[in-house]
Amino acid sequence: MKHDEAKCFHHLDAIVVGAGLAGLRAALEIARSGFQVAVLTKVYPTRSHSGGAQGGIAAALANSAEDSIDSHIFDTIKGSDYLGDQDVISFFCQEAIKSIYELEHMGVPFSRTEDGRISQRPFGGHSSPRACYAADITGHVLLHTLYEQCVKHNVLFFSEFQVFSLLVDDKVCRGLTAWDIRAGGLHLFHAKAVLLATGGYGRAWKITSNAHANTGDGVALVLESGLPLEDMEFVQYHPTGLYKHGILLTEAARGEGGYLINNDGDRFMKKYTPSKMELGPRDMVSRAEQQEINEGRGIGGKDYVYLDLRHLGREKILSRLPQIYDLALNYLKVDAIKEPVPIQPTAHYSMGGIAANIRGEVIADAAGTVVSGLYTAGEAACMSLHGANRLGTNSLQDAVTFGRVAGKSMSCFVAENDHSALPKEPLAAARTKIDTLTKGDGKERHAVIREELQENMTNYLGVFRSEADMKRVLAVIQSLQQRYRQVRIDDAGAPYNLDLIEAVEVGNLLSFAEVVVAGAILRQESRGAHYRTDFPKRDDSNWLKHTLAWRKEGKIVFDFKPVCIFPQYQPQERKY
Amino acid sequence: MAKTKVSVNILRYNPEADKKPRWQNYDLEVDDESTILDVLNEIHWKMDGTLAYRRSCRSSICGSCAMNVNGRNVLACETPMHRFGRKLKIKPLPGFAILKDLVVDLEDFFAKLKRIKPYLIVNHPIPEKEFIQTPAQFEEITESTLCILCAACSSSCPSSWPNENYLGPAALLKAYRYVFDSRDDGADERLDAVNDKNGIWRCHTIFNCVEACPKKIKITEYLSRLKVKVLENSI
Repeated sequence: MKHDEAKCFHHLDAIVVGAGLAGLRAALEIARSGFQVAVLTKVYPTRSHSGGAQGGIAAALANSAEDSIDSHIFDTIKGSDYLGDQDVISFFCQEAIKSIYELEHMGVPFSRTEDGRISQRPFGGHSSPRACYAADITGHVLLHTLYEQCVKHNVLFFSEFQVFSLLVDDKVCRGLTAWDIRAGGLHLFHAKAVLLATGGYGRAWKITSNAHANTGDGVALVLESGLPLEDMEFVQYHPTGLYKHGILLTEAARGEGGYLINNDGDRFMKKYTPSKMELGPRDMVSRAEQQEINEGRGIGGKDYVYLDLRHLGREKILSRLPQIYDLALNYLKVDAIKEPVPIQPTAHYSMGGIAANIRGEVIADAAGTVVSGLYTAGEAACMSLHGANRLGTNSLQDAVTFGRVAGKSMSCFVAENDHSALPKEPLAAARTKIDTLTKGDGKERHAVIREELQENMTNYLGVFRSEADMKRVLAVIQSLQQRYRQVRIDDAGAPYNLDLIEAVEVGNLLSFAEVVVAGAILRQESRGAHYRTDFPKRDDSNWLKHTLAWRKEGKIVFDFKPVCIFPQYQPQERKY
Repeated sequence: MAKTKVSVNILRYNPEADKKPRWQNYDLEVDDESTILDVLNEIHWKMDGTLAYRRSCRSSICGSCAMNVNGRNVLACETPMHRFGRKLKIKPLPGFAILKDLVVDLEDFFAKLKRIKPYLIVNHPIPEKEFIQTPAQFEEITESTLCILCAACSSSCPSSWPNENYLGPAALLKAYRYVFDSRDDGADERLDAVNDKNGIWRCHTIFNCVEACPKKIKITEYLSRLKVKVLENSI
């Protein structure tokens, strides 16, 4: 794999890894502040998985009904099962309104009320219609608009670059190395500030709404750099994944009035969240579906239930939910105007991630010691805004608002600091990774290892969890990590070596998945999306705290961080 | 799940080894309900890791996996294999330089977007809250905002093939999207950018783009409305 090393050194003020909403919004902020910023992305920016978000983006505009910032704050706290940090949540709900108007002024095509204002629709766990939307392609139009703003402000893009290593030591980030996917070859990026906006880690599951790209690369690199991950055991399973595919069917389908139906034809949510019915929070709706399935009331006794839209009528389905209609038709040959759509819970969102403070600075310990020059935002980050369970439409807002915040923090940092010296052998770690994958004994294929991991995570680390199951998965992951050392890729070439990229991604999956499972075993309670059949109650006296996890000498070690709780929002029993 | 035997012919090209593209055949068994992307994944993961292609969301929104299957430009992820029977002939999007196998060079495709200034241009005061845009005004642009920049349209366009400078349907549709946005004041500069022999006038209303578009956007109709706007604007 030869390349011209002279062309492969880049000296910049700031680097953003990931071109989803968080990364693009941060880059825009830095560019507007007058600094050089490059965005590195493994896919073309408009291919990022923020574009997969469908239903809406939250802010208490009160355009379609009474609403208030306080109500948004309380809904988010309750939705988080009291694990969300309340300083972060309060700040977020206030900033959300400003973020929406800013996006609208940039040109985001939002669906409108009759009098021409931004229309808002109901969503699970929100007590008012708070989701600003563009039909069911909200993430798509936000992503394209922010990309176009970056084009306007001459943000430099390195599209189809995969990050291979972070250059972090002594709690200082100095840059990173990345592989040029198209041409092949390692590049060295020397920067004052680096943002990890690499998105979620849902690709560790077989049934997932996530894109192929969502392999938690930033999360894994942080772990590899000796820094902690926070609350990794909290993974959201979305209640309406397209059966067998896991592809997302937006919660807006229920926001617009869709029903969930079991084999007896019952709207079973009346047993679980009677005041909200189908618009209960996602953790509770997914558990309800799984319980119906486990108790034999899945459709035909199988592992799915129905999302029924028929009563909404043709016009509403085609105008408000056109993408959902097409997905059901193309993938399952189901015409949602005439038939109910088979759905099942699907791994969707990572509440956990890279431990960070409210400014987007990555932290190194429970005391909040900042890693100089390293930032994170969006789904990759854990601040913790979403606690144990995220409310729908808070994630797009999270990415945009905290992307802006991180961009501001980075601009200040870049203005006041020089580049830190690079290590002596900056490419060494990345080269070792490549060598390992090209010189292994070839007894194993990375795709086979990945499929075993995904199968185990879906079967045993899903909506319901138990110690016995999880210990088995942990052992499987540790044995897969051993087998991974025997992988040798088929493709020894430089240009567009998809084999190499996927192999590196599998290494990342195996690395953070161990933390997810170890954290879930450790947390002996049920809170939000983390439900233990052997510990079915929330345990505030022992577990109202964040988990921090490091990999030290091959072992996962833990520490804990208190939750920020305001006097007016003391934990209560969570009922809907 | 029932299995089907398929014979898949893929146009391969490795710039480090091949002088020109060559066909390679793979025979395999896949689930009946497989998509074209599932078939490619099966080959790549189990049989031949050297095969290169683009994919990400697998839910027809990211636009990565546009390619040509049995003569049609499609998104591999949303296209069921059975639409084409048991013999598949897969090649990269026509009209673009091949980088490797099914991966084409899209740098120019994305660069062309910049020529039409793909962002809201506002010369009037910005309100404290949102711009007022009626549902009817929103409807004008709704369908055009569905574009996922997959390049299936530009690849299918005979006007694009002989002229690499032609803006092509995707960039022109983006021009439509902003010119017809009630909030935008940039029509003059944008219409100027498309009023050119490599701009809107090279669209000969052939309708291939409409047929190729996985989002079923009536691109030719929007481009025709853009032509009218250019004429109105120059009177």
